[in-house]
Order: sequence, then C-alpha cells, then structure tokens
Amino acid sequence: MSFFVDVLVGGLLSGVMYSLVALGFVLIYKTSGVLNFAQGAMVLFAALTFVSLTEHKLPFAVSLLVTLAIMVALGWLIERFVLKPLVNQSSITLFMATLGLSYVIEGAAQLLWGTEVHGLDLGIPDTPMQFGSVAISEFDLVAALIAATMVAALTLFFRTTRTGLAFRAVADDQLAAIAVGLRLSHVWAIAWALAGVVALVAGLLWGARLGVQFSLSTVVLKALPVLVLGGFDSIAGAIVGGLLIGAIEKSAEVYIGPFVGGGTEGWIAYVVALGFLLVRPAGLFGQRELVRA
Amino acid sequence: MRFWLVAALLAVALLVVPRVGNTYLFDAILTPFLALSLAGVGLNLLTGYAGQISVGSAAFMAIGAFAAYNFNLRVPHLPLLASFALAGLTAAAVGIVFGLPSLRLKGFYLLVSTLAAQYFVQWALTNFHWFANDDPSGVITAPQLAVAGIDFSSSAGRYVLSLAVVATLTFVALRLVHSQTGRNWMAVRDKDLAAAVIGVPIFRSKLLAFAISSFYCGVAGVLWAFAYLRTVESDGFTLDLSFRILFIIIIGGLASVRGAFFGAAFIVVLPLLLSRIGASFFGTTDSGIAELVEMILIGVLIIAFLIAEPAGLVSLWDRGRRRLARLLSFVPAPQS
Amino acid sequence: MFSSSYKGRLMPVLLASAALALGGAIALPSFAAPDRGQEYFPLQSYRVGPYAAGGTGFFGGFIDYMNLINMRDGGVNGVKLTWNECETEYEVERGVECYERMKTQGNPGPAAMNPLSVGIAYALLDRSTSDKIPLITINHGRTDTTDGAVFPYIFPLLLNPWSEASAMVNYVAQRDGGLDKLRGRKIVVLYHGSPYGRETIPIFALLSQKYGFEVTEIEVPHPGNQQQSQWLQIQRIAPEFVILRGWGVMNPVALKTAQQVGFPADHIIGNIWSNSEEDVRPAGAAAVGYIALTDHPSGTEFPVVQEIIKTVYGANKGNLDDKSRIGSGYHTLGIINGILNVEALRIAQQHFGDKALSGEQVQWGFDHLDLDDKRIAELGATGLLPPIHVTCADHEGAGAVKFQQWDGQRWVTKTGWIQADRKLLRPLIEASANKYAAEHHITPRNCAKTS
Repeated sequence: MSFFVDVLVGGLLSGVMYSLVALGFVLIYKTSGVLNFAQGAMVLFAALTFVSLTEHKLPFAVSLLVTLAIMVALGWLIERFVLKPLVNQSSITLFMATLGLSYVIEGAAQLLWGTEVHGLDLGIPDTPMQFGSVAISEFDLVAALIAATMVAALTLFFRTTRTGLAFRAVADDQLAAIAVGLRLSHVWAIAWALAGVVALVAGLLWGARLGVQFSLSTVVLKALPVLVLGGFDSIAGAIVGGLLIGAIEKSAEVYIGPFVGGGTEGWIAYVVALGFLLVRPAGLFGQRELVRA
Repeated sequence: MRFWLVAALLAVALLVVPRVGNTYLFDAILTPFLALSLAGVGLNLLTGYAGQISVGSAAFMAIGAFAAYNFNLRVPHLPLLASFALAGLTAAAVGIVFGLPSLRLKGFYLLVSTLAAQYFVQWALTNFHWFANDDPSGVITAPQLAVAGIDFSSSAGRYVLSLAVVATLTFVALRLVHSQTGRNWMAVRDKDLAAAVIGVPIFRSKLLAFAISSFYCGVAGVLWAFAYLRTVESDGFTLDLSFRILFIIIIGGLASVRGAFFGAAFIVVLPLLLSRIGASFFGTTDSGIAELVEMILIGVLIIAFLIAEPAGLVSLWDRGRRRLARLLSFVPAPQS
Repeated sequence: MFSSSYKGRLMPVLLASAALALGGAIALPSFAAPDRGQEYFPLQSYRVGPYAAGGTGFFGGFIDYMNLINMRDGGVNGVKLTWNECETEYEVERGVECYERMKTQGNPGPAAMNPLSVGIAYALLDRSTSDKIPLITINHGRTDTTDGAVFPYIFPLLLNPWSEASAMVNYVAQRDGGLDKLRGRKIVVLYHGSPYGRETIPIFALLSQKYGFEVTEIEVPHPGNQQQSQWLQIQRIAPEFVILRGWGVMNPVALKTAQQVGFPADHIIGNIWSNSEEDVRPAGAAAVGYIALTDHPSGTEFPVVQEIIKTVYGANKGNLDDKSRIGSGYHTLGIINGILNVEALRIAQQHFGDKALSGEQVQWGFDHLDLDDKRIAELGATGLLPPIHVTCADHEGAGAVKFQQWDGQRWVTKTGWIQADRKLLRPLIEASANKYAAEHHITPRNCAKTS
C-alpha cells in the first residue's frame, strides 16, 4: 500500500513539472488560437541563457532579470515578425510556423551559448524527506509550490488587471474585442512575453533536474497530452491534467509495464488522453469545441 | 499538352536519368525524394483534401516497412510487389483504427491524438521482437529486390523501382481526387454539416481518407526502408519525420498532388544545398557552426515561405507559368 | 500597415536567395576535395543536436590525433592524413547521405568510416561491405559483426556490447570475492529504449542463469528524461547493484532520480556510454561515488595526450574550443580511435607499401591489427587502451575494461583491466552471425585459410 502511495505521489509531483510546460501553451492558445510548438525551444533557450550568464559569474538575481528581459523581448519579436504577418492564416499554417520557429530558437540558443551540457544547481536539495511512510523530494515540493504560485498569479492577473481583462475579452470573442477598440497585437505580444516567462520558470526547474542541454526542448511532447486532457485553453486544466497524466503514467509503468516489456511511458499518456477525449471532446475544462482545422 | 509534358518528364526520369546519374544522386537525393513525395501525396489526401490533420505519417511508414519485411520473410514465394501492396493494406487497416477518433475530434485535438499512433506504433514495433524477426536490436534489413526475375538491387535499380511505384500510385491519386470520393472529402473538409445535409457519408469519407492515406504512407515506408535506407529500426520513424512530411504538404501546397513533389524537393534538397554552401563558407573545420546557421536558415525560410506564399510552391509555380505564358504571347507564334 | 509591406518585400528576397543558393550549389565544387596521395578519413560527425557533447569530444580527439601524426611525424610513413566533416546530427538519413557524398572522394578513396552511431552503422552495414570500405564501430555497434568471417568489413573494435555486459558482471563478482558469490544476488539493468539499449537483454538473462543471480531488466523510454517510475520499481526490488546502460541525457537523470529515491550512487555501475564527464557533471552532487566501466580512461597524464597538448594545442591547431575538455572521456576515446585507425593503416602499409591506400587495403590492416603492450608504450598510450589483437575471425580484439569512480571532480580509476568472458559469448556471436549470413545469402570467408 505504501508503495502505491509512493508511486502515486511521485507521479502527481512529476505531473506538476508537465503542467509548468503546459501553462505556456495555454497562455498563447487562449489568446491567439496558436498551438505553439516552439514552447519547448523557448524553455531550452531560457535555461541555456540563464545558466550561461551565471557561468559568466553574474549573480543569480542579475542573471534571472537579464534572462527575463531577454525572454520578454523574444516573445515580442516572435509576435511582431512571425505571427502578425500570418494573421488570418489557417491554424495548421500557424502551427507549422511555430515548428519553423523552434528550429530558429534551438539553433540560435546553441549558436550563442554552445552545445555543451551544463549542470544547474538552484540550491534546492533533491533528496527524499520522510512524511510518515511516504518519501517526497524537497525539490518536488518547491516545484509544486512554484507552480501553485504561478497559477495564482496568473489567475489574479486575469481577474484584476486591465490587461488581464483584455486577455479574456480577446479569448472570448476576437471580433468583439476589436470592435470595442482593443489592440490585438498588443494583447498577443503580452501573451507571448508571458509565455516566455513561464518558459523560464519551467526551464530552470527542468534544467535543474535534467541538466541544461538540448533535450530540454523535447519536454513539449510531455505537455501535449496534458493539454488534450485539460483543454488547450484552461489554466486550471493544465494543472489538473498534468497531475492526472503524471499519476496515470507512473502507475501504469510500475503496474502494467513489467507485463508488456516496459517503456509504456512514451505513449500511455496519449492513449489515455485519447480515450478521455472520445468521451468528452473538449477536455476536462475546455470551453469551446474546436471547429475545423 | 499537359499530358505530354508529364509523359516526357517520366520518360526522361525512367530512361535517361538512370543512365547518366551517379550513386550519390540516386541514393542520397532521388530515392528519398520519391519516398517522401509518396508519403506527402498520402498525407495530402488526408489533410489537404479531407481536412484531417495527422502527425502520425511516420508511424504508418514504419508499419508499411515492417509489414513488407514480415510478408517477405514469412510467406514463401510472395512476389515483391505483392508484399508492397499487402504492407500498404496493413497500414490502411491500422490507419482506420487510429482514424476512429476523427469521428469525434477536430483540429489540434485530432492532431494530438494522432501522436498516440506515432508513439504507440513505434513502441509496439520495438517491444515485440517478433516484428523484427527476433533481431536483438530490433533492426530489419531489406530483402533482395527482384520483380519478375529482374534484379533492382543496384542504386539505379532501386531508383527505377521507386519511380515506377510512385508514378503508378500518383496516377491513382490524381484520379481519386477527381472522383466522387475526392469531392466527398472536400465537402467534409469545407463544411461538415452542409456535407451531411446534402447526403455525403461523413464518417465513411473520413475513415476512407485515413485508410487510403495510410496505404500511401505505408508503401512510402516500404520504399524508405527497402529502396533507400536498406536497414531500418522502428526508432528511425520519428515524430521528426512526420513533421517533415507535414512540411512537405504545407510548403508544397495543400490539396495538390503536384504540391507534394514540390514540397519534397524543397525539404530534401534545401538542407543539402545549405550544408554544401555552409561547407564552402566556413571551411570544414567548423561544421558545428555551419550546422547551426543552417538550422536557423531552414527555420527562417519555412516561416518566410508560410508568410509569403501560404498557398505553397504549387501556386508560385502556377503564377510563374502564367506570367511566362503571357510573356510568350507577345512573341509571334512560329509559322508551321 | 507595416506588416503588409514587410510581407511584400519578403518574396523578392526569397526568390533572390533561392536563385543564389541554386547557382552557388551548381558552381561550387561538391566539397573541398582531399589531395591526391593523402590518406582520406571521412568524418560523419555530429556537433549539434542532443548528442553534441559526445560528438564534439570524440571527433575532436580523432582530429587532434591525426593532426599530431601530421605535425610531429609528417604523416604515416610520409603519407599525410586528410579528412573532412559532414554533420549527421546523429540521424540515420543524414548519415547515409554523408556516406554517399564522401565515399567517392579522396584518392584512392576513403580509408575507413567512423560514424560513432549505432543507427548509422546499421544502415551502412551492407553499403560499406559492397563498397569495400572498413566500418569502424569502436565500443559499440552490432555484436555479431565481431565475427569477421561473415562481416569482413565491419570492426566493433575493443569492446562489443555483449563483452561489456559480461565484464560488468565479472566486476560485481570481483567486488564480492568471486563468481560463486553472485548466487542469489539481485541486479537491475536499466537500459536505454533503443536498439543499442536492448542489445544486451539476452546476455544478462544468460549470465543470470549461469551464475544464479536474479536480474530485472527495466527499459527507460527514449530520451530518458523521466525515470521516476523506473527508480521506484528499483527501490522496491532493492537490488545490490544497478547496471546503467544509458546514453545522453538519460545518464544524469538516472543519477539524480536515484538520489531522489535514496539509492546510493556507489551501487550504480555505468556502461561504456555512461562513463564520461558530460554524463556526470550535470547531475552535480548526485553523481559522487558513481562507478562506470571504461576502456578509455580520462586524464591528461598519458604521454600521447601530453604530446597533443604540446604539439597540436601549442600550435593553436587543437580541435576542442574548451581546453578543459582535453583528456575527458569522449576526447580520449577519439584519440584511441585515431590510434587504431592510424595503426591499421601502418600495418596495411607494411603489406602494400608506403603510399596512400584504398579502403580495401586498409581493411587488411584492421584485419591484422595487433598492438601489444610494447607497441602501446611506444605510442605513449600505456593504460589508455588495452592490448588489442584483431584477427580475421575476431573483429573485437580486446574485450577488457577498467572501472572508475567519480569523486565529484574527476574520474578515479579503481581497477586494472578486467576481462569479459569471451569464450562463453563466442558461440552466441557465431550463431547470430550465421543467421544473418543465411538471411542475406552471404558465404562466410574461410578464416582458417587467410593468413
């Protein structure tokens, strides 16, 4: 029994890490209807920039601020030079553009900072702490806390600020939003900048776990089933979806994996998400059903 | 006139090219180009004509490759081309299964669900060793390629074989999109509801699109494995390959059979061009930097293309031809 | 608005650049062609992508050694070495394209291919055989290619995957005081979900049967950046040792996750692709105490590495940008690979004369590659590589490894050369090779006859 709890808790906590990446997708999808495949590349870019700055002897806080500024600028640039010219194109064209974008960002990140593998130590110990019979890593707890804080902050932002309100208006009805004088490009630029910030947070936490290296960009693949389960446009969905996927994936690998030769983690999340969708096509919290591609 | 143009092109490709080309041209450019074009045609039937996005094309290529390998291995005296067809049918059957969600899902939700196919197939093919004839590493090797007693194992031979298969299937695809089936697909793509009202069988059309598209991808996979790489593992059929096929149809032009060939040429040849140019600019010492610059350039070019020519290379081509025709119309026709 | 004009200007630029690219590609020679009369080594390298750390180190070491030979000795018996690189990003298709592009270059053609990728090596298996170009898969590749009778042109030099598995089990036994102590022990093998990772599944099963230990083999899906469930399983099994057969990002993540579940690092034993600085550094403190097998110990104290530093880096011709990586695991592996290629060429020259040789001729050199302790000392590589004796039938030639432990800063070598049980493996290798030969209608050459 306690082993099952271990597996479950471990799964839930690794799900938090998926949610962190998924959040970045949601921000952009909600406002501009783009499935941003370059989110993973942005995670890599952010982590690589940060770690290279600290290796150049910049203090932690300064590196963080500089990286933050770079990510915001990157978000703005993407909006300006990729998305704006593509306005009114089909969503698949937009999706392919973000794929092209991910090549550009991955290439630029490595060109700037090299292809070496970097260790990243945030000073949070990644060793187990006992809570009764369950062992939880302190790092996982901190990650969960950060994720919760981010969700709270984003929710507050959407509920209380003017910009947040504009976001929701755009998400609800683009045409109406334009009609009342909202500047779409303005809102989009902010959404991309915010996604850059989320990428930085995800990059730091994932980078501390995996080491900062090229593979960071593949974390997007972990976020996609989360999005399907939680809905592409729901922040709460990203969190709940992440937790569910994490828990299901780990339990399946532990309890079913040995009977089928292991390696189920690669696909089980997708199959579960798929099965779920067949029952509820808009995801757990998704608001609107997608009309055609 | 169009017919003669295509016929002439085919004649050159089939009769002249094998005589003048070298193995590099066949093995590194033309054969992969043909295999990817065929996969592009297949995906275009599904995405361009029937409006269903899929990022699982590489998985269906893998199914085709492994199915052909097993049919060849386990069914004695099976003609090579029959194993190609059976491989395509196997891929089509699996395609129908993974197409079922399309009856309820649309857009990106469907896209992500085809990822399930991508990952599940790769996993199943490596995890169950029977598929690779219990090879400890899960790698399959192409059999001898002989059709009706003629050996096609040389590089030129493999090119000719691929060309024949691709040309035949492309011809079928062209007929198909102009048939009632093709019109049904476009009706489904453009307006689900309206299509239903005027009596288009939506579910059947969608599933048929998945089946036929997977058939094409499956055969493309056989060519990829047997004619091009000769030795493959299921891990080689990555998501990246699926994305490349998607790029092919977007850059070439959605809902255009010709477009797949333009797109494949772009995707196959562009990186080679860039890397050669890179090699001459940066010398050979810094292949890392050249490579990264190339990666960025490819990304930029893709984005630039999507912005400047969202309808794909095929529309660029048509416009160029019209302009040329207009230009030529000022020239007095030669007397005959 | 601005955006539309930007869009409008894009098309001419695109067309112009496309035209330029096309013109450039036609006008340019296909490559900077290697000179006549030089020995040509095509390098299918990878310096970007997920495995860049391995690629830059390995190919850096290989190039550094070739530079040393050219600068110090003026080449091999007067024949200069030459090379160029083609980036594969560790992808099979690109590797094949590079092979096709490079195989016709050089005069008299390439000496050998060294792709350092299992996938690419597989795809080149029958290509390089029919083109008569030796294919070197040092420390990796397909185990049954060790049987040189069936695979005359393929050389999994030094250590094939099965020998590696056997050596690791022998090490565990040695630590415990003998092979008979293995009975009843529990060992978990954590392997990369790829052909490379799966290659040893039957061998661990066989060894566990023979020595009576309990083995559980757990797969980590590629690329291996999530291993929580696997380590929870390990925690439940509570084995004495975990054998790690990782690659790339899987290695540091394994060490970190082990720490997370509280499994001690000094009971994890890494294999040949989990043994470099790049694998442990990102794991930070979690890697301290971790043990790994190697046949290319890292360090700068070997005379040959010293000479590279002095001659090559001294003249600013070194290939590594980051000088602190000189003598790292991947770098020394590249140097060893250079030694083996150059020595094979030298041996072939004794047979065919001191001139640039074709791949077919260099194959003879690999087939008779024989470096004893004395020759290794002359090369300044004592302790860097074990004695190797390749024959027509045995294309591995060594099968010995050392074990090293990470102290947080550097690898500390803990053992001398430990041998794999190659007698036990040989019949299996032959059976597998013969199956391949039957499937592909290959008539094995008679190794008893060829000298």
